[in-house]
Amino acid sequence: MSETYYDPRDLAKFSSIGEDAPELWKKFLAWYSAVFTEGALTEREKALIALGVAHAVQCPYCIDAYTQACLEKGSNAEQMTEAVHVAAAIRGGASLVHGVQMRNCAHRLSM
Amino acid sequence: MTLSLRKREHALSSSLAQREHLAGLPLASSFEDKLQQSGLFPLRPLRIDTLQINVGKQCNQVCRHCHVDAGPDRRELMGDEVLEACLRLFCDSDIPTLDVTGGAPELHPRFRELLERATGAGRHVMHRCNLTAILLPGYDDLPELLARRRVEVVASLPYYLPKQTDAQRGDGVFEKSLQGLRRLNALGYGRRDSGLVLNLVTNPVGAYLPGKQQAVEQDWRRELERRYGIIFNHLYTITNMPISRFLEFLEDTGNLEGYMERLVAAFNPTAAAGVMCRTLVSIGWDGTIYDCDFNQMLELPVASNGTRPSVLGTAPARLLEALRARPIQVAPHCFGCTAGAGSSCGGATA
Repeated sequence: MSETYYDPRDLAKFSSIGEDAPELWKKFLAWYSAVFTEGALTEREKALIALGVAHAVQCPYCIDAYTQACLEKGSNAEQMTEAVHVAAAIRGGASLVHGVQMRNCAHRLSM
Repeated sequence: MTLSLRKREHALSSSLAQREHLAGLPLASSFEDKLQQSGLFPLRPLRIDTLQINVGKQCNQVCRHCHVDAGPDRRELMGDEVLEACLRLFCDSDIPTLDVTGGAPELHPRFRELLERATGAGRHVMHRCNLTAILLPGYDDLPELLARRRVEVVASLPYYLPKQTDAQRGDGVFEKSLQGLRRLNALGYGRRDSGLVLNLVTNPVGAYLPGKQQAVEQDWRRELERRYGIIFNHLYTITNMPISRFLEFLEDTGNLEGYMERLVAAFNPTAAAGVMCRTLVSIGWDGTIYDCDFNQMLELPVASNGTRPSVLGTAPARLLEALRARPIQVAPHCFGCTAGAGSSCGGATA
Protein backbone atom coordinates (compact mmCIF):
# COMPACT_ATOMS: atom_id res chain seq x y z
CA MET A 1 0.00 0.00 0.00
CA SER A 2 1.60 3.26 -1.10
CA GLU A 3 -0.88 5.74 0.41
CA THR A 4 0.10 7.46 3.60
CA TYR A 5 -1.57 10.02 5.82
CA TYR A 6 1.15 12.53 5.06
CA ASP A 7 1.78 13.60 1.46
CA PRO A 8 4.61 16.16 0.89
CA ARG A 9 2.55 17.72 -1.92
CA ASP A 10 -0.15 18.64 0.62
CA LEU A 11 2.05 21.38 2.07
CA ALA A 12 1.41 23.42 -1.08
CA LYS A 13 -2.34 23.10 -0.37
CA PHE A 14 -2.03 24.63 3.10
CA SER A 15 -3.92 27.76 2.06
CA SER A 16 -7.00 25.66 1.20
CA ILE A 17 -7.67 25.58 4.94
CA GLY A 18 -8.69 29.22 4.52
CA GLU A 19 -11.47 28.47 2.06
CA ASP A 20 -14.16 27.95 4.68
CA ALA A 21 -12.82 30.45 7.19
CA PRO A 22 -11.12 33.18 5.17
CA GLU A 23 -11.01 35.82 7.90
CA LEU A 24 -9.37 33.49 10.38
CA TRP A 25 -6.86 32.40 7.72
CA LYS A 26 -6.05 36.01 6.93
CA LYS A 27 -5.47 36.75 10.59
CA PHE A 28 -3.34 33.64 11.01
CA LEU A 29 -1.20 34.57 7.98
CA ALA A 30 -0.69 38.14 9.17
CA TRP A 31 0.31 36.96 12.63
CA TYR A 32 2.50 34.14 11.29
CA SER A 33 4.32 36.47 8.97
CA ALA A 34 4.87 39.02 11.76
CA VAL A 35 6.22 36.30 14.06
CA PHE A 36 8.91 35.28 11.58
CA THR A 37 10.01 38.81 10.68
CA GLU A 38 13.34 39.91 12.13
CA GLY A 39 12.88 41.52 15.54
CA ALA A 40 14.90 40.97 18.70
CA LEU A 41 15.80 37.64 17.06
CA THR A 42 17.10 37.29 13.52
CA GLU A 43 15.11 35.40 10.90
CA ARG A 44 17.80 32.73 10.95
CA GLU A 45 17.46 32.24 14.70
CA LYS A 46 13.67 32.08 14.43
CA ALA A 47 13.91 29.45 11.70
CA LEU A 48 16.16 27.34 13.96
CA ILE A 49 13.62 27.61 16.80
CA ALA A 50 10.86 26.63 14.35
CA LEU A 51 12.91 23.64 13.23
CA GLY A 52 13.32 22.50 16.83
CA VAL A 53 9.62 22.97 17.55
CA ALA A 54 8.74 21.16 14.32
CA HIS A 55 10.56 18.12 15.70
CA ALA A 56 8.94 18.48 19.10
CA VAL A 57 5.45 18.53 17.59
CA GLN A 58 6.59 15.97 14.98
CA CYS A 59 5.09 17.80 12.01
CA PRO A 60 6.65 16.44 8.78
CA TYR A 61 5.45 19.45 6.76
CA CYS A 62 7.10 21.83 9.21
CA ILE A 63 10.30 19.75 9.24
CA ASP A 64 10.55 19.94 5.42
CA ALA A 65 9.66 23.64 5.34
CA TYR A 66 12.00 24.72 8.14
CA THR A 67 14.90 22.54 7.03
CA GLN A 68 14.76 24.43 3.76
CA ALA A 69 14.25 27.77 5.53
CA CYS A 70 17.22 27.15 7.84
CA LEU A 71 19.51 26.32 4.90
CA GLU A 72 18.28 29.34 2.96
CA LYS A 73 18.93 31.64 5.90
CA GLY A 74 22.51 30.39 6.16
CA SER A 75 22.38 27.79 8.92
CA ASN A 76 24.46 24.67 8.58
CA ALA A 77 23.81 21.01 9.42
CA GLU A 78 25.68 21.27 12.73
CA GLN A 79 23.51 24.16 13.93
CA MET A 80 20.33 22.47 12.73
CA THR A 81 21.24 19.20 14.42
CA GLU A 82 21.89 21.05 17.68
CA ALA A 83 18.45 22.69 17.35
CA VAL A 84 16.88 19.24 17.00
CA HIS A 85 18.82 18.07 20.07
CA VAL A 86 17.46 21.03 22.02
CA ALA A 87 13.91 19.99 21.06
CA ALA A 88 14.66 16.35 21.88
CA ALA A 89 16.24 17.28 25.22
CA ILE A 90 13.21 19.35 26.21
CA ARG A 91 10.90 16.52 25.19
CA GLY A 92 13.03 13.99 27.06
CA GLY A 93 13.40 16.28 30.04
CA ALA A 94 9.68 16.97 30.06
CA SER A 95 9.02 13.24 30.31
CA LEU A 96 11.66 12.76 32.92
CA VAL A 97 10.59 15.66 35.12
CA HIS A 98 7.16 14.03 35.36
CA GLY A 99 9.04 11.34 37.22
CA VAL A 100 8.81 13.66 40.20
CA GLN A 101 5.02 13.39 39.92
CA MET A 102 5.48 9.62 39.82
CA ARG A 103 7.68 9.73 42.90
CA ASN A 104 5.26 11.98 44.78
CA CYS A 105 2.38 9.68 43.92
CA ALA A 106 4.35 6.54 44.82
CA HIS A 107 5.47 8.12 48.08
CA ARG A 108 1.87 8.98 48.95
CA LEU A 109 0.67 5.45 48.23
CA SER A 110 3.51 3.54 49.74
CA MET A 111 4.38 2.54 53.26
CA MET B 1 37.82 15.68 -8.94
CA THR B 2 34.58 15.59 -10.95
CA LEU B 3 34.97 16.00 -14.69
CA SER B 4 33.15 18.55 -16.83
CA LEU B 5 29.94 17.48 -18.55
CA ARG B 6 31.80 17.91 -21.84
CA LYS B 7 34.60 15.56 -20.79
CA ARG B 8 32.06 12.96 -19.63
CA GLU B 9 30.13 13.37 -22.91
CA HIS B 10 27.02 13.94 -20.79
CA ALA B 11 23.80 14.75 -22.65
CA LEU B 12 23.56 18.07 -20.77
CA SER B 13 26.86 19.25 -22.23
CA SER B 14 24.75 20.30 -25.21
CA SER B 15 23.18 23.73 -24.69
CA LEU B 16 20.34 22.75 -27.01
CA ALA B 17 19.58 19.68 -24.87
CA GLN B 18 19.52 21.94 -21.77
CA ARG B 19 17.20 24.46 -23.42
CA GLU B 20 14.83 21.74 -24.60
CA HIS B 21 14.87 20.08 -21.21
CA LEU B 22 13.98 23.32 -19.41
CA ALA B 23 11.33 24.25 -21.99
CA GLY B 24 9.65 20.86 -21.47
CA LEU B 25 9.17 21.30 -17.71
CA PRO B 26 5.54 21.68 -16.60
CA LEU B 27 5.80 25.13 -14.97
CA ALA B 28 2.83 26.96 -13.45
CA SER B 29 3.63 29.97 -15.62
CA SER B 30 6.02 30.89 -18.39
CA PHE B 31 8.65 33.57 -17.74
CA GLU B 32 7.20 35.65 -20.56
CA ASP B 33 3.73 35.54 -18.92
CA LYS B 34 5.17 36.63 -15.60
CA LEU B 35 6.93 39.55 -17.29
CA GLN B 36 3.70 40.42 -19.11
CA GLN B 37 1.76 40.47 -15.83
CA SER B 38 4.42 42.76 -14.37
CA GLY B 39 4.31 45.12 -17.35
CA LEU B 40 7.88 44.23 -18.33
CA PHE B 41 7.43 42.30 -21.57
CA PRO B 42 9.32 42.52 -23.82
CA LEU B 43 12.19 43.05 -21.44
CA ARG B 44 14.34 45.99 -22.56
CA PRO B 45 17.71 47.32 -21.41
CA LEU B 46 17.77 50.42 -19.20
CA ARG B 47 21.37 51.32 -20.05
CA ILE B 48 24.72 49.55 -20.29
CA ASP B 49 26.65 49.83 -17.03
CA THR B 50 28.76 46.71 -17.38
CA LEU B 51 30.58 44.96 -20.18
CA GLN B 52 31.12 41.41 -19.00
CA ILE B 53 33.62 39.37 -20.95
CA ASN B 54 34.05 35.66 -20.52
CA VAL B 55 37.64 35.01 -21.52
CA GLY B 56 37.34 31.23 -21.54
CA LYS B 57 36.06 28.07 -19.93
CA GLN B 58 39.32 26.75 -18.57
CA CYS B 59 39.42 26.49 -14.79
CA ASN B 60 41.55 24.76 -12.18
CA GLN B 61 38.39 23.71 -10.31
CA VAL B 62 35.34 21.67 -11.28
CA CYS B 63 32.56 23.01 -9.05
CA ARG B 64 29.34 21.02 -8.90
CA HIS B 65 27.10 24.05 -9.50
CA CYS B 66 29.13 25.62 -12.34
CA HIS B 67 26.88 27.10 -15.03
CA VAL B 68 29.85 27.33 -17.42
CA ASP B 69 30.78 23.64 -17.19
CA ALA B 70 34.30 24.93 -16.72
CA GLY B 71 37.26 22.75 -15.83
CA PRO B 72 40.89 21.92 -16.55
CA ASP B 73 39.89 19.99 -19.68
CA ARG B 74 38.13 22.95 -21.33
CA ARG B 75 40.21 24.62 -24.01
CA GLU B 76 37.97 27.49 -25.14
CA LEU B 77 39.93 30.73 -24.76
CA MET B 78 39.22 34.19 -26.08
CA GLY B 79 41.46 34.77 -29.12
CA ASP B 80 43.53 37.89 -29.81
CA GLU B 81 41.11 39.39 -32.34
CA VAL B 82 38.12 39.10 -29.99
CA LEU B 83 40.09 40.36 -27.01
CA GLU B 84 41.19 43.44 -28.97
CA ALA B 85 37.61 44.06 -30.09
CA CYS B 86 36.36 43.81 -26.49
CA LEU B 87 39.01 46.26 -25.29
CA ARG B 88 38.15 48.62 -28.15
CA LEU B 89 34.44 48.41 -27.29
CA PHE B 90 35.16 49.15 -23.63
CA CYS B 91 37.80 51.83 -24.10
CA ASP B 92 35.98 53.66 -26.93
CA SER B 93 32.66 53.74 -25.06
CA ASP B 94 31.45 55.24 -21.81
CA ILE B 95 30.55 51.88 -20.22
CA PRO B 96 31.64 52.39 -16.60
CA THR B 97 32.62 48.82 -15.66
CA LEU B 98 34.46 45.89 -17.20
CA ASP B 99 33.62 42.56 -15.54
CA VAL B 100 36.11 39.81 -16.36
CA THR B 101 34.90 36.27 -15.87
CA GLY B 102 35.54 32.68 -17.00
CA GLY B 103 36.35 29.77 -16.11
CA ALA B 104 39.25 31.08 -14.12
CA PRO B 105 40.11 34.26 -16.06
CA GLU B 106 43.64 34.21 -14.60
CA LEU B 107 44.45 31.22 -16.82
CA HIS B 108 44.07 33.33 -19.96
CA PRO B 109 47.58 34.11 -21.25
CA ARG B 110 46.73 37.81 -21.76
CA PHE B 111 44.90 38.31 -18.45
CA ARG B 112 47.56 40.62 -17.03
CA GLU B 113 47.61 42.74 -20.17
CA LEU B 114 43.82 42.88 -20.20
CA LEU B 115 43.76 44.24 -16.65
CA GLU B 116 46.46 46.78 -17.35
CA ARG B 117 44.88 48.14 -20.51
CA ALA B 118 41.33 48.23 -19.12
CA THR B 119 42.35 49.94 -15.88
CA GLY B 120 44.59 52.20 -17.98
CA ALA B 121 41.42 53.58 -19.54
CA GLY B 122 40.61 54.91 -16.06
CA ARG B 123 37.54 52.78 -15.61
CA HIS B 124 36.34 50.30 -13.01
CA VAL B 125 37.44 46.70 -13.57
CA MET B 126 36.06 43.68 -11.72
CA HIS B 127 37.75 40.30 -11.62
CA ARG B 128 35.72 37.17 -10.80
CA CYS B 129 38.16 35.11 -8.82
CA ASN B 130 37.85 31.53 -7.53
CA LEU B 131 40.53 32.27 -4.87
CA THR B 132 42.67 29.26 -5.79
CA ALA B 133 43.92 30.12 -9.30
CA ILE B 134 45.92 33.03 -7.82
CA LEU B 135 47.89 30.47 -5.79
CA LEU B 136 48.93 28.33 -8.75
CA PRO B 137 52.63 28.27 -9.70
CA GLY B 138 53.22 31.03 -12.23
CA TYR B 139 50.15 33.00 -11.16
CA ASP B 140 51.10 34.07 -7.66
CA ASP B 141 52.16 37.53 -8.84
CA LEU B 142 48.50 38.28 -9.58
CA PRO B 143 47.31 39.51 -6.17
CA GLU B 144 49.93 42.29 -6.29
CA LEU B 145 48.96 43.17 -9.86
CA LEU B 146 45.26 43.30 -8.91
CA ALA B 147 46.08 45.57 -5.98
CA ARG B 148 48.39 47.81 -8.02
CA ARG B 149 45.72 48.29 -10.69
CA ARG B 150 43.02 48.66 -8.00
CA VAL B 151 40.89 45.95 -9.55
CA GLU B 152 37.77 44.97 -7.60
CA VAL B 153 37.96 41.30 -6.67
CA VAL B 154 34.70 39.36 -6.59
CA ALA B 155 35.60 36.06 -4.99
CA SER B 156 33.54 32.89 -4.82
CA LEU B 157 33.13 31.19 -1.46
CA PRO B 158 29.97 29.17 -0.90
CA TYR B 159 30.20 28.97 2.90
CA TYR B 160 32.38 29.92 5.83
CA LEU B 161 33.06 26.27 6.72
CA PRO B 162 35.09 23.59 4.90
CA LYS B 163 32.42 20.89 4.68
CA GLN B 164 29.95 22.89 2.62
CA THR B 165 32.61 24.65 0.55
CA ASP B 166 34.39 21.44 -0.38
CA ALA B 167 31.06 19.71 -1.15
CA GLN B 168 30.44 22.30 -3.87
CA ARG B 169 33.95 23.10 -5.05
CA GLY B 170 36.06 20.00 -4.40
CA ASP B 171 38.15 18.52 -1.59
CA GLY B 172 40.59 20.92 -0.03
CA VAL B 173 39.25 24.00 -1.82
CA PHE B 174 38.17 25.70 1.40
CA GLU B 175 41.69 25.64 2.89
CA LYS B 176 43.16 26.98 -0.36
CA SER B 177 40.44 29.64 -0.57
CA LEU B 178 41.43 30.81 2.92
CA GLN B 179 45.03 31.10 1.71
CA GLY B 180 43.82 33.19 -1.24
CA LEU B 181 41.76 35.41 1.04
CA ARG B 182 44.70 35.88 3.41
CA ARG B 183 46.93 36.94 0.50
CA LEU B 184 44.33 39.48 -0.59
CA ASN B 185 43.71 40.74 2.95
CA ALA B 186 47.48 41.15 3.48
CA LEU B 187 47.55 43.52 0.49
CA GLY B 188 44.74 45.60 1.97
CA TYR B 189 41.83 43.99 0.13
CA GLY B 190 38.66 44.09 2.22
CA ARG B 191 39.95 46.85 4.52
CA ARG B 192 37.57 49.75 4.34
CA ASP B 193 40.21 52.48 4.28
CA SER B 194 42.36 50.83 1.58
CA GLY B 195 40.07 51.41 -1.38
CA LEU B 196 40.81 47.80 -2.44
CA VAL B 197 37.45 46.12 -2.72
CA LEU B 198 37.02 42.43 -1.93
CA ASN B 199 33.46 41.23 -2.33
CA LEU B 200 32.49 37.63 -1.71
CA VAL B 201 29.93 35.63 -3.62
CA THR B 202 27.98 32.74 -2.15
CA ASN B 203 25.83 30.28 -4.06
CA PRO B 204 23.70 27.89 -1.97
CA VAL B 205 25.25 24.46 -1.53
CA GLY B 206 22.14 22.64 -2.72
CA ALA B 207 18.66 22.96 -4.16
CA TYR B 208 17.47 25.96 -2.15
CA LEU B 209 17.42 29.72 -2.50
CA PRO B 210 19.93 32.06 -0.87
CA GLY B 211 18.97 33.92 2.29
CA LYS B 212 18.55 37.65 2.71
CA GLN B 213 21.83 39.14 1.59
CA GLN B 214 22.20 41.63 4.42
CA ALA B 215 21.45 39.10 7.16
CA VAL B 216 23.74 36.46 5.65
CA GLU B 217 26.49 39.06 5.24
CA GLN B 218 26.32 39.88 8.97
CA ASP B 219 26.72 36.21 9.89
CA TRP B 220 29.60 35.77 7.46
CA ARG B 221 31.41 38.90 8.63
CA ARG B 222 31.25 37.65 12.21
CA GLU B 223 32.20 34.05 11.43
CA LEU B 224 35.02 34.72 8.93
CA GLU B 225 36.65 37.23 11.26
CA ARG B 226 36.16 35.17 14.43
CA ARG B 227 37.27 31.86 12.96
CA TYR B 228 39.97 32.88 10.49
CA GLY B 229 40.62 36.62 10.83
CA ILE B 230 39.35 37.23 7.27
CA ILE B 231 37.74 40.54 6.32
CA PHE B 232 35.78 41.54 3.23
CA ASN B 233 33.64 44.40 1.98
CA HIS B 234 30.33 42.88 0.92
CA LEU B 235 28.76 39.50 0.43
CA TYR B 236 26.65 38.85 -2.65
CA THR B 237 24.09 36.07 -2.51
CA ILE B 238 23.51 34.42 -5.87
CA THR B 239 20.84 31.91 -6.81
CA ASN B 240 22.03 28.77 -8.58
CA MET B 241 20.82 28.71 -12.17
CA PRO B 242 19.14 25.51 -13.33
CA ILE B 243 21.64 25.03 -16.14
CA SER B 244 24.74 22.98 -16.87
CA ARG B 245 26.25 21.17 -13.88
CA PHE B 246 23.68 22.49 -11.40
CA LEU B 247 20.98 21.20 -13.74
CA GLU B 248 22.72 17.83 -13.64
CA PHE B 249 22.74 17.95 -9.83
CA LEU B 250 19.01 18.82 -9.74
CA GLU B 251 18.20 15.94 -12.06
CA ASP B 252 20.39 13.39 -10.32
CA THR B 253 18.93 14.21 -6.91
CA GLY B 254 15.27 14.38 -8.01
CA ASN B 255 15.14 18.07 -7.12
CA LEU B 256 14.57 19.62 -10.54
CA GLU B 257 10.79 19.94 -10.49
CA GLY B 258 10.65 21.16 -6.88
CA TYR B 259 13.43 23.69 -7.47
CA MET B 260 11.76 25.10 -10.57
CA GLU B 261 8.40 25.29 -8.76
CA ARG B 262 10.11 27.20 -5.98
CA LEU B 263 11.72 29.64 -8.42
CA VAL B 264 8.41 30.26 -10.20
CA ALA B 265 6.45 30.64 -6.95
CA ALA B 266 9.04 33.11 -5.65
CA PHE B 267 8.87 35.34 -8.77
CA ASN B 268 9.30 38.92 -7.61
CA PRO B 269 8.31 41.71 -10.03
CA THR B 270 10.71 44.13 -8.30
CA ALA B 271 13.58 41.71 -8.85
CA ALA B 272 12.44 41.28 -12.46
CA ALA B 273 12.59 45.03 -13.00
CA GLY B 274 16.16 45.03 -11.69
CA VAL B 275 17.60 42.01 -13.53
CA MET B 276 21.21 42.47 -14.55
CA CYS B 277 20.61 41.88 -18.26
CA ARG B 278 18.94 45.30 -18.32
CA THR B 279 22.26 46.96 -17.52
CA LEU B 280 24.85 44.48 -18.78
CA VAL B 281 26.14 42.98 -22.01
CA SER B 282 28.04 39.71 -22.04
CA ILE B 283 30.66 38.69 -24.61
CA GLY B 284 31.64 35.06 -25.11
CA TRP B 285 35.16 33.74 -25.76
CA ASP B 286 34.41 33.63 -29.51
CA GLY B 287 33.07 37.20 -29.61
CA THR B 288 29.34 36.36 -29.66
CA ILE B 289 27.21 38.84 -27.75
CA TYR B 290 24.68 37.72 -25.13
CA ASP B 291 22.31 39.33 -22.65
CA CYS B 292 24.08 37.61 -19.74
CA ASP B 293 26.57 34.88 -18.89
CA PHE B 294 23.74 32.37 -18.37
CA ASN B 295 22.28 32.97 -21.83
CA GLN B 296 25.84 32.65 -23.07
CA MET B 297 26.15 29.14 -21.65
CA LEU B 298 22.79 28.20 -23.17
CA GLU B 299 23.97 29.73 -26.47
CA LEU B 300 21.07 32.18 -26.64
CA PRO B 301 22.71 35.22 -28.30
CA VAL B 302 21.14 38.68 -28.23
CA ALA B 303 18.27 39.12 -30.64
CA SER B 304 19.46 39.99 -34.13
CA ASN B 305 18.15 39.78 -37.65
CA GLY B 306 19.68 36.53 -38.77
CA THR B 307 23.42 36.97 -38.35
CA ARG B 308 25.16 35.80 -35.20
CA PRO B 309 25.71 38.99 -33.18
CA SER B 310 29.44 39.48 -32.66
CA VAL B 311 31.78 42.03 -31.17
CA LEU B 312 33.81 41.66 -34.36
CA GLY B 313 33.10 43.65 -37.46
CA THR B 314 30.84 46.44 -36.18
CA ALA B 315 32.01 49.86 -34.99
CA PRO B 316 31.59 50.18 -31.17
CA ALA B 317 29.21 53.15 -31.38
CA ARG B 318 26.87 51.41 -33.83
CA LEU B 319 27.02 48.17 -31.90
CA LEU B 320 26.12 49.86 -28.61
CA GLU B 321 23.25 51.72 -30.22
CA ALA B 322 21.79 48.43 -31.46
CA LEU B 323 22.37 46.77 -28.07
CA ARG B 324 20.59 49.56 -26.19
CA ALA B 325 17.49 49.02 -28.34
CA ARG B 326 17.41 45.22 -28.24
CA PRO B 327 14.69 43.07 -26.71
CA ILE B 328 16.28 40.77 -24.11
CA GLN B 329 16.08 37.01 -24.73
CA VAL B 330 14.31 35.15 -21.94
CA ALA B 331 13.67 31.48 -21.17
CA PRO B 332 12.66 29.37 -18.13
CA HIS B 333 16.10 29.61 -16.48
CA CYS B 334 15.48 33.37 -16.07
CA PHE B 335 13.28 32.53 -13.06
CA GLY B 336 16.61 32.06 -11.25
CA CYS B 337 17.27 35.80 -11.41
CA THR B 338 13.80 36.89 -10.30
CA ALA B 339 13.14 34.62 -7.31
CA GLY B 340 12.86 36.17 -3.86
CA ALA B 341 15.23 39.07 -3.44
CA GLY B 342 16.50 38.50 -6.98
CA SER B 343 19.93 37.44 -8.12
CA SER B 344 22.63 38.88 -10.31
CA CYS B 345 26.41 38.88 -10.64
CA GLY B 346 26.22 41.68 -8.07
CA GLY B 347 23.99 39.75 -5.68
CA ALA B 348 20.39 40.50 -4.69
CA THR B 349 18.50 43.01 -6.83
CA ALA B 350 15.32 43.70 -4.84
